[in-house]
Amino acid sequence: MNFTELTIKQTHEGLKNKKFSSKELTLAYLQKIKKSDLNAFLIITEGLALAEADEADKKIATGNFSELTGVPCAIKDAILVEGEKCTAGSKILENYVAPYDATVIKKLKEKGAVILGKTNTDEFTMGASTENSAFGVTKNPHDKTRVAGGSSGGSAAAVAADEAVYSLGSDTGGSIRQPASFCGVVGLCPTYGAVSRYGLIAHASSFDQIGPFGKNIDDVKTVFNAIYGKDKMDATSANLEFRISNLELKGCRIGVPKEYFMKGIDKDVEKIIKNAVKKAEDGGAEIIEISLPSSEYALACYYILGPSEISANLARFDGIKYGLSEPAENLLDVYLKSRGRGLGAEPKRRIMIGTYCLSSGYYDAYYKKAQEVRELIKQDFKKAFEKVDLLFCPVSPFPAFKIGEKADDPISMYLADIYTVAVKLSGLPGLSLPAGKIGNPSAGSGHDGLPVGLQIIGNYFKENKILAIASQLEKML
Amino acid sequence: MISKDEVKRIAKLARLELTDIEITKMQKDLSAILDYFNWLKKAPKIKTGGERVFAENSALRRDEAIPQRREVVEKIIASVPDKKDDYIKVKTIL
Repeated sequence: MNFTELTIKQTHEGLKNKKFSSKELTLAYLQKIKKSDLNAFLIITEGLALAEADEADKKIATGNFSELTGVPCAIKDAILVEGEKCTAGSKILENYVAPYDATVIKKLKEKGAVILGKTNTDEFTMGASTENSAFGVTKNPHDKTRVAGGSSGGSAAAVAADEAVYSLGSDTGGSIRQPASFCGVVGLCPTYGAVSRYGLIAHASSFDQIGPFGKNIDDVKTVFNAIYGKDKMDATSANLEFRISNLELKGCRIGVPKEYFMKGIDKDVEKIIKNAVKKAEDGGAEIIEISLPSSEYALACYYILGPSEISANLARFDGIKYGLSEPAENLLDVYLKSRGRGLGAEPKRRIMIGTYCLSSGYYDAYYKKAQEVRELIKQDFKKAFEKVDLLFCPVSPFPAFKIGEKADDPISMYLADIYTVAVKLSGLPGLSLPAGKIGNPSAGSGHDGLPVGLQIIGNYFKENKILAIASQLEKML
Repeated sequence: MISKDEVKRIAKLARLELTDIEITKMQKDLSAILDYFNWLKKAPKIKTGGERVFAENSALRRDEAIPQRREVVEKIIASVPDKKDDYIKVKTIL
């Protein structure tokens, strides 16, 4: 068996039973990453990885070590790892070196993790394909002419292509769930506040959340358990203990929102999702059709509030404090030139939208209205969770699209988020579970089948309910 | 369709230098996106005001400095593009 194809649990067993050392494992992964043409990684942190592997091997020799000790992982390049570059996929941070560890990194390092490198992302995590990265697109391991999804496309592709055992990404409007769906891996976007955002480069602060990618539910659960919790450096982080959920498919009430199966959904995606719902029903779940009437406003609402927060958050890139600084005569020109040259098309577009929506005379019509609609969307979900334990729906209306297909049309790219943004407007947790593939691998389709993810949405801080049901369902799909 | 002058005004507010090509593209993109936002006008009115939403979302800590390790402080200062000792140098405003 090739030891770079293992899950966390299998890798842990291998390390425990001395089948391989963390160093051998780390070297094998590094070699694989260097040979790869997917562009999943922007930076290979070889020195750090090998030092961590040595440390891990020492720990393993004592017999007292955690499930993550010595297990190689990949980190989205929007999360700070001390002493390593962190670009957020932007030219403005091309040479920026992280001065400290994000809280999630601190936690993983305490568990003895081995960090192989930093993965590709759309610039400042804004996008659905990594085509907005200043450092090239990440190819989908299932079909290299297609995107891996985004913005955490590098993290999803790395796990799908066995270039890391697991990885971390971040989700603002769908950036974990959608690439997980496109690449056929499990991706969890936790409840807003479940995981500390300290050390995550800010996109939209009332939405941003870090979460794991893994090869199966069990791996994602292990990583989630390692990273969640209250952090004094993030005032929005919650003080909670996640207990194991005994929820079983038999008797579980699953809501299927009818608005998620209306116009625009790919027929093959619909078939796969409906089949997953049927499997859950066969397993004893009660399927309840529900309505989320404000869903149709979610995308417009998100693309007002997200960019409004972006316009404020990205003001910090001013050519003064860190990052690219363009020489100029006066202060205003330093701002204009550094931002003009350092930022790419998508962050510029969103800063402009946000500035417009917040500007005098337009605030009520856009920002205030969108905040009100956000409340309506929250109320929809609140009502739904009075009747059901979980919601099942697609992650994306279509499978991975061709590289370049949507790159010049911002609205068509934004539409890729149509099933993922409402969850974030509400701050709820959502998971993408591989539910099937489109296309016959033997029919010369040019790919081995395009993966489709089932989105499982839970109530606030009910990650364990999501994971319990997903774990039962993954054996049936 | 928003005008080119409007695009330039917003770009200045946002402190972004845009090339002529970028302005033309931005005019087209922004107009299409703002048109899409008009969809929200159809959304039902909410009884409680937007202000309440803000209050619920806020999780503010006290506005006080949290001490950092000296080592981190030094690294942060080291990443400043233009400095003198521990001070950040800024160009003249006028």
